[in-house]
Amino acid sequence: MADLQLQDIIKPENRVYGKSKVLTDKPMHYCYGCSHGVVNKLIAEVIEEMGIQDKTVGVSPVGCAVFMYDYIDVDFMEAAHGKAPAVATGYKRTNPDKYVFTYQGDGDLAAIGTGETFHAVNRGENIVMIFINNAIYGMTGGQMAPTTMLGQVTATTPYGRDVDLNGYPLKITELLAQLPGAAYVTRQSVHTPANVRKCKKAIRKAFENSAKKIGTSFVEVVSTCNSGWKIDPVASNKWMEENMFPFYPLGDLKDSERLDIEQYKVQKLKK
Amino acid sequence: MGDLRLMKGNEVIAEAAIRCGCDGYFGYPITPQSEIMETLMARRPWEETGMVVLQAESEGASINMIYGGASSGKKVMTSSSSPGISLMSEGLSYLAGAELPCLIVNVQRGGPGLGTIQPSQSDYFQATKGGGHGDFQLIVLAPASVQEMNDFVDLGFELAFKYRNPAMILADGVIGQTMEKVELSDYKPRWTEQQIEEMHGSWAANGKKANRNQHIVTSLELVSERQEKFNQKLQAKYRKMEEEEVRYEMIQCDDAEYVIVAFGLSARISQKSVDILREKGIKVGLLRPITLFPFPTKIISELANRGVKGFLSVEMNAGQMVQDVRLAVNGKTKVEYFGRMGGMITNPGEVADVVESKLIGK
Repeated sequence: MADLQLQDIIKPENRVYGKSKVLTDKPMHYCYGCSHGVVNKLIAEVIEEMGIQDKTVGVSPVGCAVFMYDYIDVDFMEAAHGKAPAVATGYKRTNPDKYVFTYQGDGDLAAIGTGETFHAVNRGENIVMIFINNAIYGMTGGQMAPTTMLGQVTATTPYGRDVDLNGYPLKITELLAQLPGAAYVTRQSVHTPANVRKCKKAIRKAFENSAKKIGTSFVEVVSTCNSGWKIDPVASNKWMEENMFPFYPLGDLKDSERLDIEQYKVQKLKK
Repeated sequence: MGDLRLMKGNEVIAEAAIRCGCDGYFGYPITPQSEIMETLMARRPWEETGMVVLQAESEGASINMIYGGASSGKKVMTSSSSPGISLMSEGLSYLAGAELPCLIVNVQRGGPGLGTIQPSQSDYFQATKGGGHGDFQLIVLAPASVQEMNDFVDLGFELAFKYRNPAMILADGVIGQTMEKVELSDYKPRWTEQQIEEMHGSWAANGKKANRNQHIVTSLELVSERQEKFNQKLQAKYRKMEEEEVRYEMIQCDDAEYVIVAFGLSARISQKSVDILREKGIKVGLLRPITLFPFPTKIISELANRGVKGFLSVEMNAGQMVQDVRLAVNGKTKVEYFGRMGGMITNPGEVADVVESKLIGK
């Protein structure tokens, strides 16, 4: 053992982890401590491992991840704010053999795009929807999101989110899990190595589902936005665990095959 | 010769879409154009040609579904009526900004707001001056018959793909609801994946192959210098359309002392007014713009230079196209407007009277 040199250990066959070939070399613009970078990386890894780079098209959002096409090396469509599920629907319906994924933040998916989100899932579009829930509008400077917690201070709730003024935090993922078109609905996080691995499994399952044509697969990632929250990354993880997880608990909300609809069919209307 | 049928204008749009090899229709019901999607759903083209038809949850969703389908280089379309087109304006701007070819049909009704469900031409400004934020243009075709509802679907797609720009058929409730004889186009097969790759493979987001860079369909550009350059490129495209794509019809204009300018239904009505006035010995002609953008500015200017004594713009709105006629005439002679609004339709006698009272001064 004494003769074993460092160069002998650093060999391709001994490598346990590396950068995905589907990730570009461009340095990410995301803030230190932000969850976007990790989730972008996981998507790239899943696409590479499934060997579907030439069959995958992404829909990038309006928000901090607007330039995610700079990092994930697949074809992309840049959607208007909130419209990614509609864009993905139009693409997938006319290109049923492609893998299509959307990637949206809480404002995009659960405020301005609520209608498109609900109806895409309710139709059971065979797409992957990734939902980054960091309880704030990151890119526009930290305003209240539909998922902002009660009492949480943001640029537009400077005294904390108040129910009488702002209503309640929206558990949109729970609502979507009720829809028959949803095949797989899960809530994940990426704040520890174990959670990163679980989240990757969930994303992989979502991509695999979309080829099975059993309905929509929806992956929420409860995320941090230390810039928007104005606390450091470590404190952000702690705040998320203590404040967000009790309200947005992690785990699968739904994992099903296609719903048997025969029982719900009605008789034809007769005059 | 294609199939001869007696059909409604709206039904013909649907039939023409199937026959021209359209890949997908996405829409939301609104009067007076709901027959377009109803016809498509009854025809089940997905079993015949593979064309996809989907009833969306809103016009905002339909126009963005078009954005998705068009991003892959496929022939996709939607249709609506005035208030629905307003809901689509954001999407129209994004489509133009991302240079996506597609077809939008507007079977206009009277406005503003919810307005009436009766025919109108009050979306001329909206259609020809962009219809959304930012400096952009749609290619706008104005059918005046059920036959042109058939012909312009194919033409609309042809121009949209030629210029990588959204094209709009600007019809009205009468053209949409009227039954007329129509010669349907022959079937054209849908493009194969290989044809799409050959024709649109340089830009379409149809899966990144190992031998090429990513294709990003976007209208986003954060650097002002680059955005200005892109806008200049768009403007150059619009100027090329103005040079090469202007379409119009001239009826009895050769010796005309007075010219009525009218499109769509107003042109059908005004054609009769020309006959009435000619019978009285008044030399009147009709210029019917077929493309509203690009507008037939040159020919109107030539007519003014040639000594036409006056122009009357007849429109089913408060006087929108008349502004473009005035710009073309550029003060050389008199330009007047006559129109009805809110779903009211003029008649040939009324238009003839206005020519006499406003242009000739009798």
